[in-house]
Amino acid sequence: MEIQYQASQTLNFMNLDDKEAFALCKELGTRLSLTEAKAIQTYYKKIGREPTDIELQTFAQTWSEHCFHKIFKSEIQFGKTVIEGIFKSFILKATQEIDTNWLVSTFQDNAGIIKFDETYSIAAKVETHNHPSAIDPFGGAATGVGGVIRDVLGVWAEPISNTDVLCFGSLDFPYEKLPPGIRHPKYLMKGVVSGIGDYGNKIGIPTLNGALYFDPSFTGYSLVFCGCVGLLKNRNYARSAKAGDVLVIAGARTGRDGIHGANFASEAIGSNPDALRPAVQIPDPIAEEKLKRAVLEIADRRLASGITDLGGGGLSSGVCEAARNFDCGAEVDIASLPVKYYDLEPWEIWISETQERMLLIVPEATLAKVLSAFEREETEASAFGRLTADRKIILKNREVNLGTLDLSVLFDPPLSRLIARPPQSEKIPADIAKQSADNLALVQSQSNYSQDLLALLKSPNIASKEKIVRTYDQEVKGNTILKPFQYPFSGPNDAAVLKPVPNSERGLVISCGLNPRYGLIDPYWMAASVIDEAIRNNVAVGGRRIALLDNFAWGNPERPEVLGSLIRAAEACYVMAKGFETPFISGKDSLYNETPLGQIAPTLLITALGIVPEISRCVSSDFKEPGNSIYLVGSMNAELGGSEYFSLKKITGTGNVPHVEPVSASALYRTLSRVIDQSFTRACHDCSDGGLAVALAEMAFGGGYGADVNLPAFVTKSGKPLATFETLFSETNSRFVIEIQKGTEDKFEKMMKGFPFRRIGSVFSGRLVVRDSAKRRVIDLPVVDCYKSWRSTFA
Amino acid sequence: MRVGGTNRDTDAARAFENLGVNVEVLHLNDILRRRNLFTYQGLVFPGGFAYGDYVRAGAIWGKRMLAFIKEDLRKFAESKKPILGICNGFQVLVEAGLLPGFELLQETQQVALAGNASSKFECRWVYLKKNPQSKCIFTKEMLDIVRFPVAHAEGRFITENPEVLQRLVEGEQVAIQYATKNGTLSNGSYPSNPNGSALDVAGICNPEGTILGLMPHPEDAFFGYQVPEWTRERKIETYGDGFGLFKSMVDHIEMAF
Repeated sequence: MEIQYQASQTLNFMNLDDKEAFALCKELGTRLSLTEAKAIQTYYKKIGREPTDIELQTFAQTWSEHCFHKIFKSEIQFGKTVIEGIFKSFILKATQEIDTNWLVSTFQDNAGIIKFDETYSIAAKVETHNHPSAIDPFGGAATGVGGVIRDVLGVWAEPISNTDVLCFGSLDFPYEKLPPGIRHPKYLMKGVVSGIGDYGNKIGIPTLNGALYFDPSFTGYSLVFCGCVGLLKNRNYARSAKAGDVLVIAGARTGRDGIHGANFASEAIGSNPDALRPAVQIPDPIAEEKLKRAVLEIADRRLASGITDLGGGGLSSGVCEAARNFDCGAEVDIASLPVKYYDLEPWEIWISETQERMLLIVPEATLAKVLSAFEREETEASAFGRLTADRKIILKNREVNLGTLDLSVLFDPPLSRLIARPPQSEKIPADIAKQSADNLALVQSQSNYSQDLLALLKSPNIASKEKIVRTYDQEVKGNTILKPFQYPFSGPNDAAVLKPVPNSERGLVISCGLNPRYGLIDPYWMAASVIDEAIRNNVAVGGRRIALLDNFAWGNPERPEVLGSLIRAAEACYVMAKGFETPFISGKDSLYNETPLGQIAPTLLITALGIVPEISRCVSSDFKEPGNSIYLVGSMNAELGGSEYFSLKKITGTGNVPHVEPVSASALYRTLSRVIDQSFTRACHDCSDGGLAVALAEMAFGGGYGADVNLPAFVTKSGKPLATFETLFSETNSRFVIEIQKGTEDKFEKMMKGFPFRRIGSVFSGRLVVRDSAKRRVIDLPVVDCYKSWRSTFA
Repeated sequence: MRVGGTNRDTDAARAFENLGVNVEVLHLNDILRRRNLFTYQGLVFPGGFAYGDYVRAGAIWGKRMLAFIKEDLRKFAESKKPILGICNGFQVLVEAGLLPGFELLQETQQVALAGNASSKFECRWVYLKKNPQSKCIFTKEMLDIVRFPVAHAEGRFITENPEVLQRLVEGEQVAIQYATKNGTLSNGSYPSNPNGSALDVAGICNPEGTILGLMPHPEDAFFGYQVPEWTRERKIETYGDGFGLFKSMVDHIEMAF
């Protein structure tokens, strides 16, 4: 059937007044601001004609926050200083100033790329799919996974591992208190978890690292971070498109799904989320599996000169950005694009976000081979245009012109100067402040630490998520060396390790860090803490030469104090990345995350990628043998602000969020890497949520042993002695618990000379016993009781 | 052989390559075009979600083969060339009538792999016990108790009626069963029997022992580094328990063909 498209509609736009222009943009489903609408008007007045609908829609896509990241690029007035863009001043700056020779491509392509060995590189990307998941949890999460996999394919890499980090509201939130249209956290969690598992399992990529986090501020919403790591053969990284090369679309037929998805990403979700469902795309992992095979074959045979994913903004973003990146223009025939329905308007085809599609740029000479590679995988592919020498995008329906766009104008949106104010720590209502003070006094006077530990182990943020994680395939591809849970009893490991290249013993370590609750108190130290957490998780299993990916999920940046807290977190990113010498290679921000219940907690997810020279040097977290020595490595401070323990005791708004000293911590980590390489190191685990006490319990779980621990008297740097609850539950950063083979303690201690470490006890069978410095038993529990508590929450 | 949605073909191919086998991964469409099934000595249906597992797991792949290459399959099976179906491949063998194989390519299905009792996808390592009395050629070199991972949502082995199960037992066709570490059968208890299979069945073979279907993944337990507890001694063995199964298949081919 030949499609009879309409010529595109020429709008009456040029001479409208402000109000009318803005109203028309809104009527067309775009979310252009008044300033933007006026800038477009000015441009068309200058060239002396009216825009067509497809042109205006293209502006709306390109200028959306989702596609252009205006907030991270704009100038900001922050008190008396002017910041020349968050991205440039903090994130990119750190990467540029760190001297390394192993970065291949950062912040340029669909994914960040680092060297792995002489033949291979590692590509990685982490995306958020928060808005879609809040509306359609299964579809939103699944298409998040599908999208990030295509980002990795979009640098010609083979996807080898997925990651997923999910944040939800409190699972016990009372149903009757939910505002109309707002979904319960349990409903969202069920849908999101099945969406992630379904897509990853079906396409055959293991889901190996992640986290599940719960905080009341996420109620009615969810944060869904989907990551993908890929293996790239260096010789396959083709990026040489030129004028005359053919544009090929491959994969699913374009439909009406996901229209204006990129625009709605910057809107708060109101009381009728169902109305937004058409903006969420539809997942089809099998279509993507076939697409993946064909793309990888084309990569291996080097048949194409460029590639990109079609995600937010659809073809409009894909074609315009590709043309711009290769310093070309493009001519496109909309009628050559395969579609699901024949009544689609040209502009709908142009901006649709239908999933499982990729854009390839192919030299004329190899076009036939590329098309047949797709055909063999039963995947549709069509040529629909060409790159041209000028920097214009010309859209046609066969011979009829639908619109012409000038790339230099299209990629120059008006950026307004934003205003930020220093974030105030949450103002705590007087009654809650009083209650917190009373509770703190109570904690200081008692307590039953055994019961406290059991309660902490049940807390949703600490409790075992095994039931959920086992619905994800961790074994497919057969490269998983260190699994998320350590057998036989499924204790938690700090990071996942892959052996991505056959016949090479080199390993890839994937870890992450996240702590929204710290963000509510202090965004700077929250960011510093999660960077340290991601790095130390990586170091704990043997990782080194670490690269970072950042994902910011924040509230509405048009509120000055929200933007201020974003700046504080970005400042910490710069300072920490420099101090640890861990460059950022890729990142993504998700803003405007708010619900009728309010703003979400400022959340930074850091994903860390490290290398182990030989996989056999990796250590797991489980205690291995009774009698071995247990050491605590790192300094000890009273840092319980935002901690799991204070949350358990209902103490809010008080206490210090843990700090980080990146230079001394990175010196410690370098030495620790050498320690972990030695065979006398039997187990290693970092101290994070729940502090030392929880770390000891988790190490006991994996191997089914216990620990007999005598706490020394710790003092803070200012000389103040730590209370028992502080020693047990403080969440001070840059700390590890290490098991050292009995009889080799002197070797370990010699290597650690000059760094803070204490021998605190030995591995024991059956019980977890902790004595304070006065030799009183402060914790005495059968490990099996701890284990049962830990597994009871998500049973 | 693979189709759209197959995803563990590389894992299985890597195991065979390690054993010096000349492996080709062919799309069903290639086989339909070339009609050269008989030029190969062994056939493997790997894991995945063939055609999305729409209708029923393995159904479309199974029926497509019956529609187009039924006689080629018959000839292949009758010549006693080994056929291995892993996970989704097991489901395909059942849907295509190659298993249980009381009568080759029987049209009515007598066994099935139903949704897991937990109603969830389950990925975990399990212990398995082989039936030493079975004629199964795939378990000859395999240890009596082995450990492989499972990763499936539809793996609960059921039979049309108790007689079918009885017949499988009497014919020693129950080749591999879910067990505990010390080798006692799971007796249906979760999670050592991860899906609720009748009689703890993890894999069955045809009466001749030349066709095996199993839910767990020997290809992801082939190398020592894939096995979960190597960190206990920080020593990585060359091979895991899956080695024995692939070795048995290759030995059989070398001896018979």
